[in-house]
Amino acid sequence: MATKTHSEEHHHDHEEPHIVGNSVYIIVWVALMILTGITVWVARHNFGVFNIVVALGIASIKASIVALFFMHLKYEDKLTWTFALYPLFLLALLIGLTASDVFYRLSP
Amino acid sequence: MEEIAMEDTHSHGHQIDPKVEYSAAKFGMWLFLGTEILLFGGLFAAYAIFRAKYAELFHEQHKELDVTLGAINTVVLIFSSLTMAMGVSAIQRGKRNLLSILLVITILCGIAFGVNKYFEYGAKFEHHLTPGTSIFFALYFMMTGLHMLHVFAGITILTVLLVLNLKGKFSANYNTPIEVGGLYWHLVDLIWIYLFPLLYLIS
Amino acid sequence: MANHTIAETLYVPYLDEKGILSWLLSTDHKRIGIMYLISISTSFLIAGISSLLMRLELIAPGKTIVDAHQYNVLFTFHGTVMVFFFIVPGLAASLGNFLIPLMIGARDVAFPKLNLGSYWLYLLGATILLISLLKPADTGWTFYTPYSIKTGTDVILLTTGIFILGMSSILTGLNFIVTIHKLRAPGMTWHRLNLFVWASYATAILQLLATPVVGITLLLLIMERVFGIGFFDPAKGGDPILFQNFFWFYSHPAVYIMILPAFGVISEIIPVFSRKPIFGYKAMAYSLLAIALISFLVWAHHMFVSGMSEVAATIFSFLTMLVAIPTAIKVFNWTATLYKGSIQLHSAMLYALSLIFLFTIGGLTGVFLGSLAVDVHLHDTYFVVAHMHYVMIGGTVMGFFGALHFWYPKMFGKMFNEKVAKVAWALIFIGFNVTFFPQFILGTLGMPRRYADYPPEFHSLHELSTIGSLILGIGVFIMTVNLLRGLTNGEKAPENPYNSVSLEWQVPSPPPHENFEKIPVVTDYPYVYGKKNTQEG
Repeated sequence: MATKTHSEEHHHDHEEPHIVGNSVYIIVWVALMILTGITVWVARHNFGVFNIVVALGIASIKASIVALFFMHLKYEDKLTWTFALYPLFLLALLIGLTASDVFYRLSP
Repeated sequence: MEEIAMEDTHSHGHQIDPKVEYSAAKFGMWLFLGTEILLFGGLFAAYAIFRAKYAELFHEQHKELDVTLGAINTVVLIFSSLTMAMGVSAIQRGKRNLLSILLVITILCGIAFGVNKYFEYGAKFEHHLTPGTSIFFALYFMMTGLHMLHVFAGITILTVLLVLNLKGKFSANYNTPIEVGGLYWHLVDLIWIYLFPLLYLIS
Repeated sequence: MANHTIAETLYVPYLDEKGILSWLLSTDHKRIGIMYLISISTSFLIAGISSLLMRLELIAPGKTIVDAHQYNVLFTFHGTVMVFFFIVPGLAASLGNFLIPLMIGARDVAFPKLNLGSYWLYLLGATILLISLLKPADTGWTFYTPYSIKTGTDVILLTTGIFILGMSSILTGLNFIVTIHKLRAPGMTWHRLNLFVWASYATAILQLLATPVVGITLLLLIMERVFGIGFFDPAKGGDPILFQNFFWFYSHPAVYIMILPAFGVISEIIPVFSRKPIFGYKAMAYSLLAIALISFLVWAHHMFVSGMSEVAATIFSFLTMLVAIPTAIKVFNWTATLYKGSIQLHSAMLYALSLIFLFTIGGLTGVFLGSLAVDVHLHDTYFVVAHMHYVMIGGTVMGFFGALHFWYPKMFGKMFNEKVAKVAWALIFIGFNVTFFPQFILGTLGMPRRYADYPPEFHSLHELSTIGSLILGIGVFIMTVNLLRGLTNGEKAPENPYNSVSLEWQVPSPPPHENFEKIPVVTDYPYVYGKKNTQEG
């Protein structure tokens, strides 16, 4: 989670921009490349239902890495975290509750 | 409520404290990224439902897509994210010329992505695969098309930032637009990270 | 309380600059608020006239003034304009813009230029709507597939206009959230915010995060018509009910985008005219957020008879009941605030009291409709029409009119004629009930909505409803004339005519361009009335 947290009531001491070293970025990039390679490799083999699980799992890891480091989410306050995660929750709701209609409709 | 003199400048113009401005701009962009995720959300929801419903069709038709081109575009886009992130660090250290170079590379990556996509779409149309062909291709064109629009928007933003940087607007002290514009560019990357396996790698 | 030390030095009211461009290019949140106010009021009056035409058609069975297709066009126009051009941007954009910075002690919103951009987007959307009237759509404001795919009318243009309005709405919401988080004056903690600000915050979250989904839905509808992508077309393996799921994912939270600002408004009016602190401030604040959060969970109660799955319908029926809890907390707290207060029946207060009364009817009939079994009988009847109007007119519009009368002196620096305002209120209140109460009965008897004709046995109730709508129309007309006359003929308004302790009343009327000469330091919440002078906790 965020390394720096700011209490809501003290919104006037704002954070300085956090400068991340290029070495961190290079490591992150290498990791992203390796993960991309793994995704492509996995897709060429049949693991049944695990294919989609692995594909989405890896995509989520990659997305998290991009958000945490490239987008500096790691260094953001709780407020930013809240508004970064809440849309994902709503997305899950949209997919989940719509599916609860569509799939129970198809196979009662 | 008491009113106490707080500010020396109370004339016209709404000078906001630069630190507040920085934090507000960044927060505002995060909020905007949330709306973008939900804009794509409708497509992701439709994808989830139709893929579960027509697993066979998705598997068959995804073979029409070129995994190599998709993979190249993934590499290109992730690389552009890297250069963007390094650009932000560069200007935060005051290295204006380095930022210009990195922005140019990022923009070129974006254009390369677009060119790649242009050939990909062209090949599909040649084979008479259009948005009306099937649910799968409808999803393919809608998702990649909407994403492509965001790539174009990103390229436009970065080009404006490049011009401003060449004019010397940014420095170690003031670089909020670079960081905020960068956030937008990373979102384009984020969404592609999901689109690639969902569309090109269905097994 | 404020030391009245303002107004000495170089006070220039924000209204002073003249010329249309000084408005259209202004980034002053107050001017943008007023421009929204003019735009939404115009939309409201035009859409109101279209509803009077519909009621005239329904005064007797058979064709009276319009044919069936024209009737379809009328209710589509009425619904679209009322929903997307009046009530969704409505109170949030007009009052929110005017009041939020004043209430939190800021000079403007966080992104003033973006704010003006939002307004331009609104104008662009409105222009596109007007062009679409060359071949006006007949789908109803919900654009349900498959009809909206097939109809020959101009659905694409209209939905494009609404898509652009959606962008306007998103950017307004974004601006307000950032403003409320980042620009509060020193000492303005979350628990010292006006409840209107809390309501605007909850609304803004909905605007920000629900609107994109309707955006993509309308985009998919457009693509369906242009490319035949088939998402909503069963012939191509698509699912028409998917459209409804997506549409209501936005449009149910949108109901709260419409009503929450009105809740905020009357939470400001009632303490001032009861001379009592608002009862249960924190419960009020958090129930607003709770409504916003729960509103995302209940969308499918609009779809119980659409052929959706029964499992999902049961889940959604249960979840719908949850919304009643925070809403009931609010009604209870308003009533408790009135209890033993020294009530002054100012016209704004009359509208606020009307809201409590009428919204309660609207809300409770909503519970009927949210109950799965009852809804099967009442769905798509006039019961729904009546319920919706009790919530939207009885709730939002009463809040809107209340706000107009309440903040009028602050906005324009003038007073309106209070006696005429009361007469107009009485006509509106009576006219509204005579129009819509019979519709509950009509619906229960089985009169379906959206028909230009009906069997003779419904004649007398329809006739009554039409008479009511004319009274309502006359009331709104008198109110409008009274408020407009106040602009030119009204007395000069004092800085704080109601002795409110809220921050926006501590600046001159109308406020200067920069709002505050000096940014205030806030020491208490804005409902310190009567003996108890501080907020506990």
